[in-house]
Amino acid sequence: MSETVESVSALIIQKLLANPKVPRDIDGNCKIMEDLAFDSLAVMNFVMEVEDSLDVSVPLDKLADIRTINDLAACIVDLKNKG
Amino acid sequence: MTSLFSKFEGLAGALGSIVTAGGRNPFAVVIEKPLSSTVGIIEGRETLLFGTNNYLGLSQSKRAIEAAQAAAATYGVGTTGSRIANGTQSLHRRLERQIADFFKRRDAMVFSTGYQANLGMISALAGKDDYLFLDADSHASIYDGSRLGNAQIIRFRHNSPDDLYKRLKRLDAPNSAKLIVVEGIYSMTGNVAPMAEFAAIKRETGAYLMVDEAHSFGVLGENGRGAAEAEGAEADVDFIVGTFSKSLGTVGGYCVSDHPELELVRLNCRPYMFTASLPPEVIAATGAALEDMVAHPELRQQLMANAAQLHKGFMDLGLNASTRVSPVIAVTLETVEQAIPMWNRLLELGVYVNLSLPPATPDSRPLLRCSVMATHTPAQIEQTLAIFHQAAVDCGIPMQANAA
Repeated sequence: MSETVESVSALIIQKLLANPKVPRDIDGNCKIMEDLAFDSLAVMNFVMEVEDSLDVSVPLDKLADIRTINDLAACIVDLKNKG
Repeated sequence: MTSLFSKFEGLAGALGSIVTAGGRNPFAVVIEKPLSSTVGIIEGRETLLFGTNNYLGLSQSKRAIEAAQAAAATYGVGTTGSRIANGTQSLHRRLERQIADFFKRRDAMVFSTGYQANLGMISALAGKDDYLFLDADSHASIYDGSRLGNAQIIRFRHNSPDDLYKRLKRLDAPNSAKLIVVEGIYSMTGNVAPMAEFAAIKRETGAYLMVDEAHSFGVLGENGRGAAEAEGAEADVDFIVGTFSKSLGTVGGYCVSDHPELELVRLNCRPYMFTASLPPEVIAATGAALEDMVAHPELRQQLMANAAQLHKGFMDLGLNASTRVSPVIAVTLETVEQAIPMWNRLLELGVYVNLSLPPATPDSRPLLRCSVMATHTPAQIEQTLAIFHQAAVDCGIPMQANAA
């Protein structure tokens, strides 16, 4: 697998910035719910978009432990490596 | 010291602004007295009820009321125990047989609420090594059941068989059982599941299929067995769950299945085991309401005719109503700032509907959710449409002519 936490994190940030409501100065350490003001439904819908870009499914129970963009990236890389 | 309630500060602010914007709390409406299935007294005024789930009007069924009275007189008003202890009376078993026979299934389990039916079945069936595939717009009870059972949860895009198929194929877990959960009619939008397509995917992938017919039981299908019957997909549905609190007008939930293991689920299902069973009068009323429903298929025809009338009226007014005609018709507004005054104005003019605000709505826009009843008269529907028009004008809601 070619994805790294850095590359996945960059892709997530790129997708987030496509949403004009998201602050422009986000980085991998931003907390998705607190810093981006996403509610739980918005997080789940956003993760679905990332899943389709990377051809991976993130089980919802994994989301409970994810706070930051880098956490999400690490989780996805882990899932891809297992696959 | 952190307050336990500090987490509610955001909610308190949101509720405060809703009340300030509209003058009342939309989540604390009191129906002082129902006068019939379609009219109730709210704030001292006779109000048309277009926001109940009483699709067939059977909450006021004479047969059900008399059955409840007789059962209370004979059996008392409560069971004081769980279904697996002292809370199963002959009435409970009889109702389970009646529900199973109605659905032409081997057996049925009756739960104390519809919420508990989903909570119980999903948590009992899907454990931590199993995968649940949930429609993204699933009801809270489905999500909560998933968490209670610790299953691996994968969401697929709402009503999209293609997306479900893609996600099933993507998963590399040959040794895990997979359960797909969909709803017959989605409660907020009235969208109907493409059951035949979901059934085909279930057959191809070897997953199990559960459908929640809470809002479609008694409403869809020639015999009222729901969306699966309407699309000829019943043979592929492993579990049907639902509620008595909509079409049958009482309260309680059920699951029907041909799998003989349902008997074992009774002993592995916390929301079934650790709560008191339904009281005799509710069980008796539910059985009588089901008899009423079976005896009066014309109620279902009238319901769909009424839904078509309301839907056409919304289209003619230029309001943004759901595309498909079903007894749940949601009018979508663009902003919460439009929805709150509009909902309040409707109530002042004499129509009660449900105000649904994001994130409880699918696409972050607010909904005025209307539900139609078989017992609404054409005149009541016309009056409601006139009031919607008046309220939209009063609140400055844009109405574009729809190219229907």
